[in-house]
Amino acid sequence: MSTHRYTRDQMAARVAQDIQEGAYVNLGIGLPTKVANYLPTDREVFLHSENGLLGMGPAPAEGEEDEDLINAGKQPVTLLTGGAFFHHADSFAMMRGGHLDVCVLGAFQVSAKGDLANWHTGAPDAIPAVGGAMDLALGAKQVFVMMEHQTKTGESKIVAECSYPLTGVACVNRIYTDMAVLDVTKDGLRVLEMAPGLTFEELQAATGAPLLKG
Amino acid sequence: MIDKTFESLERAVADIHDGATVMIGGFGNAGMPSALIDALIAQGAKELTIVNNNAGNGETGLAALLKAKRVRKIICSFPRQTDSHHFDALYRAGEIELELTPQGNLAERIRAAGAGIGGFFTPTGYGTLLAEGKETRLINGRQYVLESPIHADFALIKALKGDRWGNLVYRKTARNFGPIMAMAAKVTIAQVQDVVALGELDPEVIVTPGIFVQRVVKESA
Repeated sequence: MSTHRYTRDQMAARVAQDIQEGAYVNLGIGLPTKVANYLPTDREVFLHSENGLLGMGPAPAEGEEDEDLINAGKQPVTLLTGGAFFHHADSFAMMRGGHLDVCVLGAFQVSAKGDLANWHTGAPDAIPAVGGAMDLALGAKQVFVMMEHQTKTGESKIVAECSYPLTGVACVNRIYTDMAVLDVTKDGLRVLEMAPGLTFEELQAATGAPLLKG
Repeated sequence: MIDKTFESLERAVADIHDGATVMIGGFGNAGMPSALIDALIAQGAKELTIVNNNAGNGETGLAALLKAKRVRKIICSFPRQTDSHHFDALYRAGEIELELTPQGNLAERIRAAGAGIGGFFTPTGYGTLLAEGKETRLINGRQYVLESPIHADFALIKALKGDRWGNLVYRKTARNFGPIMAMAAKVTIAQVQDVVALGELDPEVIVTPGIFVQRVVKESA
């Protein structure tokens, strides 16, 4: 199989391209937080954090951290000029009420129908923790997933049916992986882009659900 | 003259009874009313049901209350973290009950209690393990799950400033669950950095009006 892959930074830059001026955006914990580094500086985008802020800025300089100003991952952040604070019910009304334009989430698995599994492996000894994952899965006009195409052991994370417990049903619109960009459509998964050098057949062989050519 | 301020943390939490449901504000350590929790640990109430987003971090605040084995049940969205070892140990030993709820449902269930709502249909969680056994309904082509309000006997919250009528303002993302927990509890106890004179808080920027707050106590009291 081909070794042509997007790097994690290339994936983040690719997602950032699809975020428009004026968009209200929530970036999930983990890989999606990298997207913030690639938003064009001439584009005003409002970053939302579930714990009650809009207009989230980058990490503070060392020594400037404020324990009352954190993000969903509980890391210190800053507030941009014009940013705002609000309580938790309002913060989740922004999601559930469809006010956010885009959210970008990591995933364990995405199905061909756009089902998302990203909160729990289902392992019997695991302590379950869901946080805002289920709210975010439904909480934006467009839900983007950003993940490696395959697990470390080479299994496809894009599947016909999720085997892990679901976070949301038919909620994902677009998938960005290290191999391709895919749209979830009513006909199935449509390939928008592939990593340079990769063939459709190679991509299909690495994917656990049927793909449609762009 | 109405004066909701208490001169000591100890007096402010004195009547929290065994078996009480206690909401505790905070998202991680931001907004965690640690001075009130320390007073509650010293007071000794046990068999508590705690409502918080998390299940304690490190050794202080809610983690210390768990470590002291005062909690029978916790209702939260995200118990497991790198530093939630006190919760993890109790959970694995079967010594604490966990009711896991998606974070937005947690917030709305708290808000609903405070707003007198008997239940609500939410799309969050539909088709997942966390909606199993719950009533669902198709509304305008979308599937929803019935969720119930969460009421509490007491809420312990942290604010930046409060006055003798119980009006509160918060600081940055430490606001989080404070305003809605204040609405949902029979008795809300606010730990504040400063008690200010009536009129000093601009009425246009008061976040929690005093009707939702029964006790105000300085965090250093």
